[in-house]
Amino acid sequence: MGLLSDPNRRRALISLLTRLNTPICIVCYMAGVAWFMGLAFEPFTLRTYMSENAMGSTMVEERFPAGERALATGREFSAHKKRTGGMPVEWLMKTMQAKGLEVFTQRFSRTLPFPDENKERYMVRGTNVYGILRAPRAPRTEALVLSAPCSPGDNNNQAVGLLLGLAEYFRNQIYWAKDIIFLVNEHDLIGMQAWLEGYHHTNTTGTFCHSRGGSIQAALSLELSSDIITSLDLVLEGLNGQLPNLDLANLFYAFCQKIGVLCTIQGKLQRNDWDSVSGYSHAVQTMMLMVMKQASGRPWGDHGLFLRYHIEAATIKGVNSFRQYKTDATTIGRLLEGMYRKLNNLLERLHQSYFFYLMPSLSHFVSIGYYMPAFGLLAVILLLRALDLWVQLSTPPQRTEDGVTDIEPVRGVLSLLTPLVISHLTGVALYMLPIRFQEMAVEHFPVSETEAVVLTAIAVYTAGLALPHNTHRLLSGEGTEQGWRVLKLVAVLYLAVLLGCTALINFSLGFILALTLVPVAAFVTPHVPKVLSAFILVILSPACTLLFSVFFFQELQEMPISFQDGWLLFLSVISQGILDHSLYGSLVYPLITLLVYPCWLLFWNILFWN
Amino acid sequence: MYFLLVYMYIKNHVYMFPDLLGCHGKCRRYLFCCFQDRAGQFFSSGHTNNWAVLVCTSRFWFNYRHVANTLSVYRSVKRLGIPDSHIVLMLADDMACNHRNPKPATVFSHKNMELNVYGDDVEVDYRGYEVTVENFLRILTGRLPPSTPRSKRLLSDDRSNILIYLTGHGGNGFLKFQDSEEISNVELADAFEQMWQKRRYNELLFIIDTCQGASMYERFYSPNLMALASSQVGEDSLSHQPDLAIGVHLMDRYTFYLLEFLEDIHPASKTNMNDLFKVCPKSQCVSTPGHRTDLFLRDPGSVLITDFFGSVRKVELTMETINLTDPIDAESGELQKEMHTYADQLPVSEIIHQKPKQKDWHPPDGFILGLWTLILLVFFQTYGVKHLKHIF
Repeated sequence: MGLLSDPNRRRALISLLTRLNTPICIVCYMAGVAWFMGLAFEPFTLRTYMSENAMGSTMVEERFPAGERALATGREFSAHKKRTGGMPVEWLMKTMQAKGLEVFTQRFSRTLPFPDENKERYMVRGTNVYGILRAPRAPRTEALVLSAPCSPGDNNNQAVGLLLGLAEYFRNQIYWAKDIIFLVNEHDLIGMQAWLEGYHHTNTTGTFCHSRGGSIQAALSLELSSDIITSLDLVLEGLNGQLPNLDLANLFYAFCQKIGVLCTIQGKLQRNDWDSVSGYSHAVQTMMLMVMKQASGRPWGDHGLFLRYHIEAATIKGVNSFRQYKTDATTIGRLLEGMYRKLNNLLERLHQSYFFYLMPSLSHFVSIGYYMPAFGLLAVILLLRALDLWVQLSTPPQRTEDGVTDIEPVRGVLSLLTPLVISHLTGVALYMLPIRFQEMAVEHFPVSETEAVVLTAIAVYTAGLALPHNTHRLLSGEGTEQGWRVLKLVAVLYLAVLLGCTALINFSLGFILALTLVPVAAFVTPHVPKVLSAFILVILSPACTLLFSVFFFQELQEMPISFQDGWLLFLSVISQGILDHSLYGSLVYPLITLLVYPCWLLFWNILFWN
Repeated sequence: MYFLLVYMYIKNHVYMFPDLLGCHGKCRRYLFCCFQDRAGQFFSSGHTNNWAVLVCTSRFWFNYRHVANTLSVYRSVKRLGIPDSHIVLMLADDMACNHRNPKPATVFSHKNMELNVYGDDVEVDYRGYEVTVENFLRILTGRLPPSTPRSKRLLSDDRSNILIYLTGHGGNGFLKFQDSEEISNVELADAFEQMWQKRRYNELLFIIDTCQGASMYERFYSPNLMALASSQVGEDSLSHQPDLAIGVHLMDRYTFYLLEFLEDIHPASKTNMNDLFKVCPKSQCVSTPGHRTDLFLRDPGSVLITDFFGSVRKVELTMETINLTDPIDAESGELQKEMHTYADQLPVSEIIHQKPKQKDWHPPDGFILGLWTLILLVFFQTYGVKHLKHIF
């Protein structure tokens, strides 16, 4: 007989499961965390390598000569920008036309749901300017994009200057097989979103783009704010934690090594001493920064919005810090020229390398096959708990009174549905109320709109904590032993499915939520000490996880902040999350409010079952 | 025939050559004997015409070097005298006019851009997607539809020496065509056997420049085949040097050194196959080139490079009259006669006089079905009808 069909063996297995449930769960949790920390250990990672045959190695000859002229153009741009007080559209159009590109503009306007205090904008109106360099001999079926944002003040002038310098140089070459689009977007992400929507003719906030260059194969966004730089930083994380194909990062790294420019990721340089403690902690810090950035679900550069359209994109930032060896604009121009020549050789979209990975340093990576078991071990805990509860529910209850057993099933379903519905309604309230009632909040309280939204969100969140007491009073009397077990089974399975789906799309978000919510799900019952468990549950709730993540993120970036500043940062993170959702379609805010928060409320319900 | 023409020419214009030989009588008699002997040799060289089939099987810009390989062999072959009408050139992709080529209309073999192997008068017979395994085998065996133009046919006969050059990406026992199909060494060997049986070649030289190229000639079994490969089984053939301005590798090592070797050959050179075997030793090629001569009847040392790579007419000038009364008695006469027996395509005599074979007797089909039904019924009767409901 088989293992599971033999009743004796089955009983033995089940008793093993129920006896050892807690120890196995603890072991799994420790193993999951240890596996995750071990990912940054260099012998467990792989060196990056170019997977795409068509891109080959870095054997091109870069000949870009005009770095100084590019910087001069940048200064002109900055002067015109100051004069017009925004984007100097006519000057840009004239300059691009002089360089031989086909120039077009795109207007867009957008009203945010509430004012954005970080960037101080509410009703945004702007123009994107883009010039298309047509490939001399190729049909107009494919395109590459080079973009630089037009930022207020003194930022990114050199980026626009370099973009125009490269445009002039590229125009004189005959080996382009794809059209190259040079884009200067206003109001960074909002402008980029409008341009992408206009280019792909999807739901637009601006006008459609008149002229296209075919389907975009790859895009690079440039952020350069100083004439001389010491290192180049690569930013990969995009909207909803999506990452570009690893080949793009490999290409960047290969060219950095060839030309001899210092390259960093997450602002951190690579170290060679992986076997020392400080070397390992450096790698862990780099990886954790990537995890944090990916979990936030916001695009960390203008490239982040391209990824949704299956266009591999990355942002290259020039950093000027206190190092001895300086790189000038000509060298950066050569690096970009080399990268674009290699991208020109592509025959299909980048697809040979990984789409899901973590990078503890620029030359090492961990692929999804290696990091998923860390999450899997945490998910196993939930499944073990579910099995344990199922076993407990299947054993027939002691028959003290005969009458009780008949009414059980009906009351069971009702006592199960009510917490579910109420939790989800609270979630919906948390999702919708802050934005809807901001005017009312502003009338009654002396706060600005942004603060109103955020504080309403926190208020609804805290109000949800008071619900369980009321639910039960409503239901007539106390709940039963059966009842809370069924509810917990449903909640645990619900959490497992939710976290699993999240981890597939955005591993970092799924893992961080799992780290805090899985212990909650595992240990909570009505019989644990109430006050202590309530405290732990609140600490491990999604909002507090966010608060701790904010402090942790600042620590990782070596810019630790005080509690006051941390709290303000936390509030601004919430408002940014809501804005990201309404502007670009980021899924973190609806996920947390509509799915994760109700799930956590279910566990809160179970705690206060009696 | 040529000999007679020359003789006639000289006879008519003998006043132009007053003292060409300028010897005494003794000398004359000696030379006369030499010529008599060498007349036999003159007429017994096997081939009268040369063909070349040059194939590049890979496409895409990063396989620039395979096209450059094929074009450099094409160039040598044309320079040494084989005309375009006798060359079948198959290129799977167009590198010269590729959008990514910074020097359009050229294909270079060396990074200093010394040699443009594309030239002015390249005639490509099979281009782009026409280079398939099926087309290649049809060319070799001659089974082409009647509408195929002459430039796309291999119109060789039993006195043709054929050079076949293949390059691309290959593995152990196969060669990849166009990233979508493969030709195996067995198929190739069978195609050559078909060629032999249809008397489509006199001698055939097969050169292949791919990874593990030696595996492609392992299975040959037809006579008069000589094969060269750029690497042994388990070894990769490496590319030579990249050109940074163009951005790709320009040629493969073996063909690069082969081209260098062939540039020194002129139509009258007497270099033989043993020198060709020495091209690109391991120190230059990193892989070990191999060759196979066991199926070849002549000694490789006596085979000239121009027997395959060029189209050379033999001309002997003489002032003497020569009596061609004795039949030419070549040493390899009997062997050749044996190898040239006509293989029976359809052994009619065997078929007519054959007795029918004793087939094994099988019981009729219905009988077996009935037997199984009976077995099932007996089974269910014994073990109870209630089991039947599980089936129906």
